[in-house]
Amino acid sequence: MKAAARGGEVVRLEGVSMVFGAAGSGRQVEALRDIDLAVGRGEFVSLIGPSGCGKSTLLRIVGDLVSPTGGTATVNDKPARQARLDRDYGMVFQAPVLFDWRTVQKNVELPLEITGAPAGQRAAKAQAMLELVELAEFGGHRPWQLSGGMQQRVAIARALALDPAILLMDEPFGALDEMTRERMNLELHRIWGQTGTTVIFVTHSIPEAVFLSTRVVVMSARPGRISTIVPIDLPRDRSVETREMERYFKLVTEVREALRAPDGESPGERVEDLARVQAEGLSA
Amino acid sequence: MTADLLVERGWRQRTSAGAAQQARDIVPPVVAFVALIVLWEVLVRALNLKQFILPGPLAIAAAWQENLPVLVSAATYTLGEILAGLAIGVTAGIVVGAAAARFGAIRGSLLPFAIVANSVPIIAFAPIFNNWFGSDNQFSKAMIAAVLVFFPVMINTLRGLLNVDPAALELLRSYAAPERTVFRSLRVPNSLPFIFTALRVATTLATIGAIVSEYFAAPRGSLGQYIATQSAFLAFERSWAAIVFAAAIGIGLYLFVVALERVVSPWARVQTAGDQ
Repeated sequence: MKAAARGGEVVRLEGVSMVFGAAGSGRQVEALRDIDLAVGRGEFVSLIGPSGCGKSTLLRIVGDLVSPTGGTATVNDKPARQARLDRDYGMVFQAPVLFDWRTVQKNVELPLEITGAPAGQRAAKAQAMLELVELAEFGGHRPWQLSGGMQQRVAIARALALDPAILLMDEPFGALDEMTRERMNLELHRIWGQTGTTVIFVTHSIPEAVFLSTRVVVMSARPGRISTIVPIDLPRDRSVETREMERYFKLVTEVREALRAPDGESPGERVEDLARVQAEGLSA
Repeated sequence: MTADLLVERGWRQRTSAGAAQQARDIVPPVVAFVALIVLWEVLVRALNLKQFILPGPLAIAAAWQENLPVLVSAATYTLGEILAGLAIGVTAGIVVGAAAARFGAIRGSLLPFAIVANSVPIIAFAPIFNNWFGSDNQFSKAMIAAVLVFFPVMINTLRGLLNVDPAALELLRSYAAPERTVFRSLRVPNSLPFIFTALRVATTLATIGAIVSEYFAAPRGSLGQYIATQSAFLAFERSWAAIVFAAAIGIGLYLFVVALERVVSPWARVQTAGDQ
């Protein structure tokens, strides 16, 4: 909320719902119900929840990769579709999705080619982005010559190449081993601090969500909805020591307990929960 | 630091350790080939096989040397048909495959016929093609080769252009990339390994198509007619000598395609040879 007041809103979701399957077919699946969420400029918001809670679908609605069946998604004060056409997004998926026929450098240049940036500018920007993810000397390599963590860093460099208003990340470190994942979390935190970009981050990992975020949105399944939002009141600059702070453990426990809350929660309880969390967030 | 982070797949075979490794790869099949030739000669002599049943390698070599000018001219004639057939069939296959990938209507209406046509033994049409285009010219054989080559190239082009990583499509969609960019920067490079797979098959098909068409009717100075005529006269060592030429053409074209693929799409070879 503080972030929203400081730099305005980047994302506003109002009454977003998503139903898969044709109407009246009897095989409809309600993936999301009545989602309201605002993300302020410079925030790092994680979406966490059990499989099937629709967190990836929600991310894809923000990025206009799918259209919601109800409600509206507004990004940078315009409809999500317009934001996509204006190239306001950077996306990172679970797989790095690098093109094997391009060098690392040329992969990072891809979005700049699409926007028609001149060659010199493309090369300079890609080099700067590779420096940001600390892969400057690997520009001439082929993607398959890099390790999984390095490939994902190239994907992040590519996503940042257009200086997007918002970075959408769908379980970007889900395929990495635990040690690489922790290192990547530190890297991503540093990159977020340096670029000041807004991030929406889908994850299965509670420690990862708490470590990286300014807020953790806890979702529940069938139908997917927001059950709790946990504000993360850790110091803005995080490091290896953050993971040893008492407050960090408390927040991890809080998110874990929110995830454990029964699926069949009534809407009334949900509102109370939200109010409680917001109150806590303000007092902290 | 870089060495242990780098996963060195593929390139190794072509660099420093490559030469010794290559020698180790080549020696066993060469030894096996020479042993087979020697065994062949020994068996033909030991079993006293008649020349019209199986001539020995030495007899074939002698016939090869004796008839070299005729064989070279016949092989050149037939190679012309094969290359023309490949050029026509591959071009048509890539153009139609690309059109079918781009336009759903073409795909929907043509593909069922293409799949059926692919199961038809096209070589059976050789006498008819000879009738249409004239049995005394190279074009009728080139057309049989072209039709044989067309279907695998067309279907693999289509497959390669359509069979792209859905996540890559989403990535380009998130950048609002126009369809033309998706085609050029994703679909075309993605299709190259598929097309080269078809080209490798195509070289063999074109060689078979041209030579078998010549069996039915062709000028005497063609490889197919030479094999057929010498066989009719029971001069089988000459037929065998011509078959050595035919095999050399087939193998040569295949190796050319393999070499071309390494230049045009080196990443594909590494991937198929790698452990992923």
